[in-house]
Amino acid sequence: MRVVFPFSAIVGQEEMKLALLVGAVSPTVGGVLVLGDRGTGKSTAVRALATLLPKMAVVSGCRYACDPTSDPKNCVEGCHARHGVDGQPPETALVPVPVVDLPLGATEDRVVGALDLERALTQGVKAFEPGLLARANRGFLYIDEVNLLEDHLIDVLLDVAASGENVVEREGISIRHPARFVLVGSGNPEEGELRPQLLDRFGLSVEIRTPTDLASRIEVVRRRDAFDRDPQAFVAAWAAEDAKIGQLILDARARLPKIDVSDAVLEQASKLCMLLGTDGLRGELTLLRTARAVAALDGADEVTAEHIRRVAPSALRHRLRRNVLDDSGSTVRIERALQEVFGE
Amino acid sequence: MSNADAGPGASPPWAAAARAVALFAIDPVGLHGVSLRSLAGPARDRWLALLRDYLPEGAPLRRVPNHITDSRLLGGLDLAATLRTGKPVAERGLLVEADGGVVVLAMAERLTTGTAGRIGGVLDRAEVQLERDGLGLRSATRIGVVALDEGLNEDEFPPIALTDRFAFLLDLANVTESDLAVPAIPPETIAAARARLESVTLSDELLSAICSAALAFGVAPVRASVLAIKAARAAAALAGHETVTQEDAAAAVSLVLAPRATILPSAEPPDEEPPPPEEPPPEDSSEPEPPPETPEEQEDADSIDPKELEEMMIAIAQATIPDKLLAQLRDGKAVRARAQSSNGGRSGAAKKKGRRGRPSATRAGEPTANTRLNLIETLRAAAPWQPIRRQEAAREGRTTTLVEVRRSDFRCTHFKQRSETTTIFVVDASGSAALQRLAEAKGAVELLLADCYVRRDSVALVAFRGKTAEVLLPPTRSLVRAKRSLAGLPGGGGTPLASAIDTAAMVATGCRDRSQTPVLVFLTDGQGNIARDGTPGRPQAEKDAIESAQALRVAGFATMLIDTARRPQAMAQKLAAEMGAKYLLLPYADAHAMSKAVRATTAESAAAEGRLKG
Repeated sequence: MRVVFPFSAIVGQEEMKLALLVGAVSPTVGGVLVLGDRGTGKSTAVRALATLLPKMAVVSGCRYACDPTSDPKNCVEGCHARHGVDGQPPETALVPVPVVDLPLGATEDRVVGALDLERALTQGVKAFEPGLLARANRGFLYIDEVNLLEDHLIDVLLDVAASGENVVEREGISIRHPARFVLVGSGNPEEGELRPQLLDRFGLSVEIRTPTDLASRIEVVRRRDAFDRDPQAFVAAWAAEDAKIGQLILDARARLPKIDVSDAVLEQASKLCMLLGTDGLRGELTLLRTARAVAALDGADEVTAEHIRRVAPSALRHRLRRNVLDDSGSTVRIERALQEVFGE
Repeated sequence: MSNADAGPGASPPWAAAARAVALFAIDPVGLHGVSLRSLAGPARDRWLALLRDYLPEGAPLRRVPNHITDSRLLGGLDLAATLRTGKPVAERGLLVEADGGVVVLAMAERLTTGTAGRIGGVLDRAEVQLERDGLGLRSATRIGVVALDEGLNEDEFPPIALTDRFAFLLDLANVTESDLAVPAIPPETIAAARARLESVTLSDELLSAICSAALAFGVAPVRASVLAIKAARAAAALAGHETVTQEDAAAAVSLVLAPRATILPSAEPPDEEPPPPEEPPPEDSSEPEPPPETPEEQEDADSIDPKELEEMMIAIAQATIPDKLLAQLRDGKAVRARAQSSNGGRSGAAKKKGRRGRPSATRAGEPTANTRLNLIETLRAAAPWQPIRRQEAAREGRTTTLVEVRRSDFRCTHFKQRSETTTIFVVDASGSAALQRLAEAKGAVELLLADCYVRRDSVALVAFRGKTAEVLLPPTRSLVRAKRSLAGLPGGGGTPLASAIDTAAMVATGCRDRSQTPVLVFLTDGQGNIARDGTPGRPQAEKDAIESAQALRVAGFATMLIDTARRPQAMAQKLAAEMGAKYLLLPYADAHAMSKAVRATTAESAAAEGRLKG
């Protein structure tokens, strides 16, 4: 496998790292959008995350990586056949959580899946060849330069990300398969805007900037240089740190269902969303889910106002109705609203 | 160092270029690339010939034409082989074929942002990841890239997404004839340096010094510092040093960081203008000079303290900042102008889009002038029928081909033809009403931009006040960029109307050249009082304005003039008539009304354009 830069060795960029960890702890948060300057380690972080995720159990041989505990009827692959006749569990395997890259030049057939050309030509069999969406099931789908993605691919993504299911109707193939994934996108806003519908599909949106203080810049360069010179040694040196983060994710996942949210905090969250005039309920829902995941990562038992404060910018900044005549950025507006709700 | 490398007597631009090609050839993968700004000619040929000589024997050096398709660039299905063998055969893309060598991008200033993004991704990962045409492959692609930039104007340059990853930004404009005869470093030296590169070490002090030099020059991307460090190592390898010395580091700073400078190290950065996060390659004319002869005392200076080290490095590099860039840096305004145009390659992207439209759908049917046969989809359509068709052919006694394709299998890709509209606002920023007008014009620009993504339109802004007009915002679709340039737009002063009309016409012509449809929107009361040559005086100013207006009419752009005066102005009406513009009185010019009116005009002009094309 290709050696990737370790997650724990990324200097600074705390908001982005936290958002990615939240995505790993709680997939229901709904994906992360990372917007920022070029060359700030956006893709590095996402690829690094892949290596520290704990492995997951799948029905062995299932091309859609079905969860052995899930209802086998949901799988088109014939997972139900793999279950024993008398309801015995199927054979399982532990596999790495998929982090699938959706490259810009990808064609639609590779994304949604298509007729298996080889089998069709050689055997005359009409078989379905799963695409990237199938591969990303239960994992992450990463789109670098998401704002440059072609429109017809975005259309496909929007539908699948919302329904968690990929419906293929082409070349005489009629198939639907589960495609639940955490959508991770990155891009530079200077190169174009994102369609509002696509923005909405991302649970969290983080802004990332080039560090301006000398010390951290030196550290970035030093680590990057060390990695480029001897990737294996560098990764080995950071393996322990990475393992710690992997364990943190596991612990947080275990703790997540038990995290309480008090009525007072709920009320504050609602008030915040109302004040900001976020569209619909999604903002509030994401805010709470993210806060719970962060509380779980913190090792806390319940969500506090502090958690809400911490995650509000990422959870809400892309949901504000854009007032073009108001020059202040979304982040500033959220800060103002936070002041108002929580006081200082 | 410096001149000795390029042989005695080389002019500064050539010395830098010759040094860069040597360093690049030592570590093409690590240094990622070179942007070479020059028209085709002996200088560029010589540079490329040197590169050829310096690269290891047998290393591929592939030229990428501008019109390359993704399937050739990244790989795809090899149709001939697929048809011959009856099963999918992958074709290696050009980038993969160039593994271990260098690709040369022809006319990189016309490169689409998409293609640039793909190449950039390949540089980052050193592999091609293919997800096309039923194939999913990863292939190692350790390449360096040379982008041939033939841009002439300041707004023509290769996409920043690409040049940002390159170590060297060179300009061969001022290379003299005699330079080309200067003997170069022999290829054996380069090969020896390449072998030495692995073991070159770098002290932490020098690493820090390079990073602080980057900050001092206002080079925001950390990537540039990483590249400078790699260049320093290559320079050390070239000089035969085991450890990077100060002069190696200074050479790297001059070659990698100085051309990207956004501020002068000695001066405090202007408060109101945060340095732009990225930098276009240096514009035409002058060029990084080689570092001046390093004073002798630096040789023994291993014990020098870090602060001094940094200052020394900056001093050397600063001396190499091109004169023109230097002049711009002294004048904060110019830096802003450069930052605005940081979206190179857009011209190419737009043109391609206009011509081909975006691929919309693949449908059954025979190819026509407006659609293109999609072979993969055609094969897919034909595939299930193969057994039946073979039997059929056997019954009829025909010989069968491996894949039996029928007319009914044809699948064609359709393109949505939609010409992009660019709305150019020309705003009168003069006089007392300026502030209000400007604020509303800004509002209208942003309102139009807010839904531009869906409509695929872009917006530009020309403001005029004082003596001349200025393009504040070149055509863009990015709200972020627009907001940045609109912030802090000054008002007041004279009304150089003629200059404004001329500038607007220039921007509009540029749009038309890129097969966009320009729509001009003037916001003025028509009271010009500055003549074209910048001298005050109403009669001459009016005469010039009318002349410019007539010229604009001849060009035949869709134009509208919004009169911002309290009551209709005869001069504004006359001007509108001379321009062939739609006249609209909008005394309070509020943003919403304005964007509504503009939208109506754009729709009309797009429809007219459609009729012309159809």
